[in-house]
Amino acid sequence: MSRQANRGTESKKMSSELFTLTYGALVTQLCKDYENDEDVNKQLDKMGYNIGVRLIEDFLARSNVGRCHDFRETADVIAKVAFKMYLGITPSITNWSPAGDEFSLILENNPLVDFVQMAVEAKFVQDTLKGDGVTEIRMRFIRRIEDNLPAGEE
Amino acid sequence: MADPALFEFLHTEMVAELWAQDPDPGPGGQKTSLLVLEGMGFRVGQALGERLPRETLAFREELDVLKFLCKDLWVAVFHKQMDSLRTNHQGTYVLQDNSFPLLVRMASGLQYLEEAPKFLAFTCGLLRGTLSTLGVKSLVTASVAALPACKFQVVIQKP
Repeated sequence: MSRQANRGTESKKMSSELFTLTYGALVTQLCKDYENDEDVNKQLDKMGYNIGVRLIEDFLARSNVGRCHDFRETADVIAKVAFKMYLGITPSITNWSPAGDEFSLILENNPLVDFVQMAVEAKFVQDTLKGDGVTEIRMRFIRRIEDNLPAGEE
Repeated sequence: MADPALFEFLHTEMVAELWAQDPDPGPGGQKTSLLVLEGMGFRVGQALGERLPRETLAFREELDVLKFLCKDLWVAVFHKQMDSLRTNHQGTYVLQDNSFPLLVRMASGLQYLEEAPKFLAFTCGLLRGTLSTLGVKSLVTASVAALPACKFQVVIQKP
């Protein structure tokens, strides 16, 4: 039994490492393919966006989370449900702007990539890779995306 | 723990990115993209192998190493076991997956058959890289007869 259990933990760990390592290999490859960092980041941002678009569909299909009514609820769902489900961590939400249209996600220990990009803008304010104590992702509300359902479907 | 969907989406983007870079690849162009993907898989496999705990690495025979790939590695990476492992006992192994996760999202049948190689190159490298860290030099190729099933052929390179 204990051997079985060990194997289970081992494979979970490997599965996580696979993702991080693959992402690392991709960044390395892009750094070879593009001359400057700006282009590498632009490319990563584009790929992250494409992944986000797929991810939100996967998320809605699997999570049973309904429509968010305001940006605060959106923040909660991203931090507490989505991050937990996909990366097994829960960032804390802080630094709300007075207008309530911007907030920060604080990641204690996980060097993350910018996956979630719906009608918001995400940027890194602090980054453990740059020597900061934590990783901070700043999210800004841009606009609400209206549903365009085909006529007759609800 | 990262959800398996993340790796799948990342892999799709990698294939698209490396394929899109050269819109009009010459005869050697596509081969280069495959080699790049294979190389990335190799580095990832090597690094994964290095992170395995020492007791996992006490393999006595080549066959044990291959069994490890089919069971433990496959479960860790693709959340299922390889469906079959065959060998001619002369250093050639055929690993068959009847429903390879990175091909499942493509329609089954023959329609996208020619698109399949680019979705297999990274995994070929992954196998070769892990084997290399476990002390086995090999050549790994993949073939598809009917999606989403595929075969990986591992040929051990004797020193």
